[in-house]
Amino acid sequence: MKLNIFFSRKFGLAAFATVLLIGFGFVVSRSGPLAPTKVSITRVQSGSLSSSLFGIGTVEARRTYFIGPTAAGRVKLVQVDVGEHVKSGQLLAEIEPVDLDERIRSLDAAYARASSAVVAAEAQRRDLLARQTVANLNAKRYRDLGDKNFVSPSAVESKQQELASAQAAVDASDANLQSARMEVVRLKADHEALGQQRKNLRLVASIDGVVTSRDAEAGSTVIAGQSVLKLMEPNSLWVKVRLDQGRSRGLANGQAASIALRSNPGMPLTGKIVRIEPLSDSVTEERIALVAFDQIPVGLSIGEMAEVTVQTAANQTGLTLPNAAIKQTPQGAGVWKLDDGKPVLVAIKLGASSLDGLVQVLDGISSGDEIIVHSERELSAGGRVKVVEKLAGTRQ
Amino acid sequence: MISLAGRDILHSWSKFVLTGIGLGLLIGVTLTMAGVYRGIVDDAKALLNNSGADLWVVQQDTQGPYAESSSIHDDVYRSLLSLPGVARAANVTYLTMQVRLNNTDVRAMVVGFEPGQPGEPGYLIAGRHITRNHYEAVADVKTGFQIGDTIQIRRHDYRIVGLTQRMVSSGGDPMVFIPMKDAQEAQFLKDNDAILNERARTAANPSLNRPGVPGLLEAIQASQNANRNVNAVLIKVLPGSQPDMIANEVRRWKHLQAFTRVQMEEILVAKLIATSAKQIAMFLVILAVVSAAIVAFIIYTMTLGKIREIAVLKLIGTRNRTIAGMILQQAIGLGLIGFLVGKTAATVWAPFFPKYVLLEPGDAVRGFVVVMVICALASTLAIRAALSVDPATAIGG
Repeated sequence: MKLNIFFSRKFGLAAFATVLLIGFGFVVSRSGPLAPTKVSITRVQSGSLSSSLFGIGTVEARRTYFIGPTAAGRVKLVQVDVGEHVKSGQLLAEIEPVDLDERIRSLDAAYARASSAVVAAEAQRRDLLARQTVANLNAKRYRDLGDKNFVSPSAVESKQQELASAQAAVDASDANLQSARMEVVRLKADHEALGQQRKNLRLVASIDGVVTSRDAEAGSTVIAGQSVLKLMEPNSLWVKVRLDQGRSRGLANGQAASIALRSNPGMPLTGKIVRIEPLSDSVTEERIALVAFDQIPVGLSIGEMAEVTVQTAANQTGLTLPNAAIKQTPQGAGVWKLDDGKPVLVAIKLGASSLDGLVQVLDGISSGDEIIVHSERELSAGGRVKVVEKLAGTRQ
Repeated sequence: MISLAGRDILHSWSKFVLTGIGLGLLIGVTLTMAGVYRGIVDDAKALLNNSGADLWVVQQDTQGPYAESSSIHDDVYRSLLSLPGVARAANVTYLTMQVRLNNTDVRAMVVGFEPGQPGEPGYLIAGRHITRNHYEAVADVKTGFQIGDTIQIRRHDYRIVGLTQRMVSSGGDPMVFIPMKDAQEAQFLKDNDAILNERARTAANPSLNRPGVPGLLEAIQASQNANRNVNAVLIKVLPGSQPDMIANEVRRWKHLQAFTRVQMEEILVAKLIATSAKQIAMFLVILAVVSAAIVAFIIYTMTLGKIREIAVLKLIGTRNRTIAGMILQQAIGLGLIGFLVGKTAATVWAPFFPKYVLLEPGDAVRGFVVVMVICALASTLAIRAALSVDPATAIGG
């Protein structure tokens, strides 16, 4: 009995010591410098990736029209409001004519007066023509009588002089008439010019469009070139996309794009690249592309933010790796390859990449190589690693 | 020959084991406190390691970007790239803020980085690196975010595409990595109310809103909302180049401040975390002294508890050496159990701390030596007491 207690104590103590040592050994091997780095690996295999680009942009109108006066003036009335659809030629706003109408009336009066002057000049001419006819007859008669010495030569010369005077008076009246007619033409042209100016004060729509902004109200003074209203063509809306220069390889006109509007990100719209700006933004280091909608959605607002994904090239095949495996070193890109269970850094050459994180590897590794993708800390060449299925889970 | 110590331990083994475990937990607390101190220092160093930089270029006369705020233009890196010896240079922004996930928020340091450049997280434990230049994020696993989560930073939503580990700020806040341009916006773009307010103020200023100059107001307002600043430029030097030389060059000719790795570590460890680290260090010293005293007292009182048995041993003529050996062996055994339990316990509970606890093997070895020395010293006190005991005590004298 006593022996049993003695042995059970001995065993209890031994068991405690064993548990303690096993626990300590476990702790030492699982943490600290002796513990291996947990990693997850992938086997290199050839696959296909479709490379695409991602950028954000804003909805803009391809053509916007600024409707404003050509000379400074005061706004008399504005007939349309923001959001209204207008037709080409429709009166939108008018500038105060000030004294223009009075000047037109004054010209009208001057024109009437000039027309009367023409009539007077014509009448005067007719009168002078009649005098000339009589003077001509008298001169002819006196010349005949003079030839037969019935009258003195002085009387003949007097009648000749009367004829010449009448002739000159007719010439003068001709000129007078011409001048009066010209005056009429001048006043008519002046009248038309004022009419044009008057018409110019009426601001009309140059296209069928929508009013996007009403910048001045009746009574406010605007200067030449300042806009009173802004119009845009609703069917010319497109998205101006900014793409990082460093990732804009393969961008080309006509490529299909998926547009996710901020107001409705769950329902991406389709479109395609219609223009790539030849100038890229040197400050933000971005390229600018314009993406047209295949079908412009209803209720689209200008200035709305959109996320655009452009398909640059479809299904390129080759060796692919997840981008988490790629390490950037001063010498270029590299990957940690498992060689007999030990990691070795291998330099590689990268090709295209896709938005879902796959990278095409052109050189440096071959199919079937085991490459470390995730690791719980920085790896070192030849360090101990332990391959596990995955290091951290995703939310269910 | 039978072991007196062994026999004695076997005689009252539960007491011995329980004392050892109690001692071990105390040693575990001390080791953990050392780990907390190491963790604070390591957090600061992890920040520097993870940035992968050899040089930090910041605003002149500041000690940014971690210790002070620093703001430089985002095209400065181009002129820095042209310096001889510079391999790579990249903009980076740091902003500590609350990152929202659904209804909760997490304190995190939001890092804006250029993909593939210094500042990028060096390794991932899940998911992938960022492939879009907007609205994707890689988060440290300590944030509690998972791949596929949508987090909110200022007005935009970001999708978590990758997770990393041990990417923390000097204060131990986990990092969230987002693309540079988004980070600039998050840092410098005001909220909508402030923007509207600013516009109204500008419009109310008659010298900026002049009737004769249409478009002036719009131009001013557009320029007010643009901010093209970053906090620092991280530089990776070419192999064989001297970071000090490049730092001098930057300070002298670029009118910016540049710090090398050594200087940055000095700023972080000696300035930024100095007070909190010293606080913990002070506490560690007191805890170590108290633990040592308790260990010594436990061994001493344990021996005193056996004074009658020792008297019997002396009565039957046991040599002093044997008795001293028994006490020393028990003390060392107790210390050994204590250390093993303490080290195991510290390692087991360390991961549950909210901030990083770094248990260094060197600290463990030092702790082991100290425990053994204290046990030996405490046992000498106990041995003195045991040897001076009168054998008559055994028979009730």
